[in-house]
Amino acid sequence: MNHSTVILEADKLVKTFGDSTALDGLSFQVTKGESLGLLGVNGAGKTTAMNLLLGLTTPTSGTIRMFGKDLWKHRIEILKQVNFSSAYTSLPSNLLVWQNLTVFARLYGVAKPKQRIEELLELLDITHLRKSVTGTLSAGESTRVNLAKALLNEPRLLLLDEPTASLDPDIADRVRKLLRKLQAERGLSILYTSHNMRDIEEVCDRLIFLHGGKVLAEGTPGEVHERFHRSSLEDLFIGVARGEIDAIGLKPL
Amino acid sequence: MPFSFNTVSALVLRYIYLYTRNPVRFVELIFWPLVDLLMWGFLTVYLKKQGVGEFPTAITYLIGGMILWDVLFRSQQGVSISFLEDVWTRNLLNIFVAPVRTVEYVAATCVVGVLRVGVTLLVLVLVASLAYQFHLTDLGFGLLPFLGNLILFGWFLGMISTALIMRLGQAAESLAWAVPFFIQPLASVFYPVSVLPEWLQPIAMALPCTPVFEGMRTVLAGQPVPWGSIQHAFILNLIWGTIAGLFFAVNLRHVRKAGLLVKVATQ
Ligand SMILES: Nc1ncnc2c1ncn2[C@@H]1O[C@H](COP(=O)(O)OP(=O)(O)O)[C@@H](O)[C@H]1O
Ligand SMILES: [Mg+2]
Repeated sequence: MNHSTVILEADKLVKTFGDSTALDGLSFQVTKGESLGLLGVNGAGKTTAMNLLLGLTTPTSGTIRMFGKDLWKHRIEILKQVNFSSAYTSLPSNLLVWQNLTVFARLYGVAKPKQRIEELLELLDITHLRKSVTGTLSAGESTRVNLAKALLNEPRLLLLDEPTASLDPDIADRVRKLLRKLQAERGLSILYTSHNMRDIEEVCDRLIFLHGGKVLAEGTPGEVHERFHRSSLEDLFIGVARGEIDAIGLKPL
Repeated sequence: MPFSFNTVSALVLRYIYLYTRNPVRFVELIFWPLVDLLMWGFLTVYLKKQGVGEFPTAITYLIGGMILWDVLFRSQQGVSISFLEDVWTRNLLNIFVAPVRTVEYVAATCVVGVLRVGVTLLVLVLVASLAYQFHLTDLGFGLLPFLGNLILFGWFLGMISTALIMRLGQAAESLAWAVPFFIQPLASVFYPVSVLPEWLQPIAMALPCTPVFEGMRTVLAGQPVPWGSIQHAFILNLIWGTIAGLFFAVNLRHVRKAGLLVKVATQ
């Protein structure tokens, strides 16, 4: 792996909340143009990992480097080149879509906000929503507006926490295809969390299977489920969730 | 300390959009203070008629106190309600993952505080002068330093309220309104500090707003602007500002450690 292309480097991340350990020594890298999935059951530690990477939560121990720089020493500089979207956040519901995007374009210091916003509305096929009240959008529309916000600053790294969680299969499929396209066309790196196998298989080049804050397996989607002699990721996932597959004794590929 | 005015103005723009898009917000800015003013105003008229008028100026203390109290309150509200606005709309994480420094965020909410004060003050001053012949400009050269000190203290109370809400969670959001009223009895808004029990007086005088309200009464009684009180208030504000800043920083650190920022933002 060419070192210069490493975008994100997490090293031995540990996060404890009181007595419980949400992350137990997570290490991984994301390279330029790569999309990495964090897969795992509820409570596996996916969101915790994401929050650490975004500087929302401080790690108990371990380091995070992005673009070769330490996150906590260069937080603002790094955040300018990163963006985030999640099913669990939204843009202010009482503003119009263009107002929200204008505010964030200015927060990210976008050079030509108006033009950029038009481009993104077109790209995401939501030009007609420009003057809609953000709070009245459907889940699918809202996800696309959130994505527009997440692309405003042409991020080098996009962090997505269950972006398709509230979407129907049709819209979810469209969002996945869009992410694939962006990744291919813009060399965007993506870190994607989901408990949806389909998501990970379609969007991600590589995945980390998290369980109880530990890495259970790592590799391409195909490699991972073959390694556990399961017919599909979904099958593997169910096995882990039901305790038929134990983390003990298993090492990452 | 690095600081970007662009970031602050972008954040302020969000609140301007909010207030101009929802007329209800504007009404809220004006409605309560106006109700207050009418109450105190008519009470004043009544007292005047009853001839409780050994010192007729006493009457105007009430209106002046009410208006100046509202300056403090609106300034504090600007800071903590702006924060709550981000919590309510689940926008807080979007802001905190954007390249926004904490000082820039707090500064933006302080600017909103000043804007809120401006709108409310304009209406109150106008109505008080038309309906009750009370002219805030009677405070003369004391007016600006009085207002300035109240706005500053409002910011600091706002920062303390916000820090508490971050730490205690959204369930504690009523603190945004409770914190200023908690100090109101000590602030001597409508009566001189001397009526407080002796042991309470030093505590009251440790609040930057108390010398302002005392000073206002002095000026309305026809005496010169008490620059000593203004200086006293300003020094207290420097101390309170330091305390509020540290309190905010310590809480934010704890909140980041305990993962509470995410909790308050997504619950
Ligand atoms: N702020 C917090 N305080 C206490 N425990 C937390 C906090 N955030 C997450 N946890 C715990 O950490 C574990 C991992 O949670 P999370 O990262 O949200 O999992 P996932 O996103 O994979 O569903 C869970 O057991 C959860 O209860
Ligand atoms: Mg999660």
